Amino acid sequence: MDAALIPEGAKRCSFPKFMLGIALVTAVLLWGVYAMLLCWFKGLNQTNMNDYYGFALWIWADLAVIALGGGAFFTGLLKYIFKVDELKNIINFAVIIGFICYSSALLILAIDIGQPLRGWFIFWHANVHSMLTEVAFCLSAYFAVLTIEFIPNVLENRQLNKVPFFHHLAHNMHGVMAIFAATGAFLSFFHQGSLGGVAGVLYGRPFAVREGLLIWPWTFFLFTWSAAAFGPCFTLLVTRITEAVTGKKLVKDNVVHLLAKISGWMIFTYIIAKIIDTIYWATVTAPSLGYEFSFFYTNNSFYGYWILVAEVIICGLIPGLLLINKSTRENPNLRLVAIILGVIGVSLNRWVMVLQVMAVPVMPFDTWALYIPSWQEVATTILPVAYGIILIAVTYRYLPVFPQERELNQSKAQES
Amino acid sequence: MFPFIFEWVWDIGHLLFFGGLWYAVGILGAGMAYCIAKAAYDTVNESKDSRH
Repeated sequence: MDAALIPEGAKRCSFPKFMLGIALVTAVLLWGVYAMLLCWFKGLNQTNMNDYYGFALWIWADLAVIALGGGAFFTGLLKYIFKVDELKNIINFAVIIGFICYSSALLILAIDIGQPLRGWFIFWHANVHSMLTEVAFCLSAYFAVLTIEFIPNVLENRQLNKVPFFHHLAHNMHGVMAIFAATGAFLSFFHQGSLGGVAGVLYGRPFAVREGLLIWPWTFFLFTWSAAAFGPCFTLLVTRITEAVTGKKLVKDNVVHLLAKISGWMIFTYIIAKIIDTIYWATVTAPSLGYEFSFFYTNNSFYGYWILVAEVIICGLIPGLLLINKSTRENPNLRLVAIILGVIGVSLNRWVMVLQVMAVPVMPFDTWALYIPSWQEVATTILPVAYGIILIAVTYRYLPVFPQERELNQSKAQES
Repeated sequence: MFPFIFEWVWDIGHLLFFGGLWYAVGILGAGMAYCIAKAAYDTVNESKDSRH
């Protein structure tokens, strides 16, 4: 039925089977949309936020998807600026994942502000003393970059590419993509960093506050570094999931190994910096503010030392070492374990820097504030996942996302 | 939002924030304008060539 739209030489499942899958995911999507509409029409009383706890579950999701979407800017930087040419075979998919992550982040922010019709106020009434204003500026501009990077792939659709203007437009956009990629890297450096910077300048919250360089706390640099380190892990994980679902090899091993190796070194160096930062904070910063290190991990039913060990050692140091070492990196199972641990690690880091920061008591009469999200928060947090699955399914079906797909599956096609 | 309208202040904060924003938006706008114009030019030239 839709055969004319499918890339030439590519095999896809039947249209009814495809639509059945889309319908199942759409049901989840609609659940999220219903919760989103409740938040917009009835207000933020639909969440469990209160005056003490001003960050809903979706703020963690927002920071996590921005970090995981970092694979797009970092892969783009490597491909277009540092001329790592092998990455041309995965850059399209990295851009699509980045596009999904950043559009999801903007959607989450549109829900979080309660009145999305006033979203433009952040540009019009900009508070130029706030790191979050910088985040909003860079996030919006970087989403425009991702859209621009995504357009040529859309225009390469079999039917659209027959239109001469679209064909030339896609070609010309590829020609100047380095400029867009450099702009994307510039914007990403600042918004990823400022998201971390927000935690680092919370002087009233000793769990988050850090020293730093000039106006930037160390968390600024750690957030940018971690997004560049773990973002490619998420790209590799989604590629692996797509390969499992489609039953096809989509990217050659040498490309996967290269991206995994770069990610491994980035994770390893990041985690060394993170360990130094944590030791300095635990032994100098927190004591200077009158707090013992143990205070932040005891006297509550959830946040123990386990979360620090899980984030730094199990989901930081271990995946870094697994991806640096050639034999473990080239073992598909161990590589998969490493990239899953990496994705969990950066998500856990964002959880700690958003939710644990808010949970730690700051006044002598305070107690730990353990947050239980409402179902509306859970549904709107799952909403981007459903949206992402649908967009990946549609783009994989109709666009030439993986340049090596045909070559890698030619022998299989001939056999069948 | 612009230097000549409501709430603009000539201070370093506004200059840095909006300078950065318009710098990025300017590059993206100019880049896209170039691509679209060149695609239109190439399309017209191609159709001329095919007629000759």
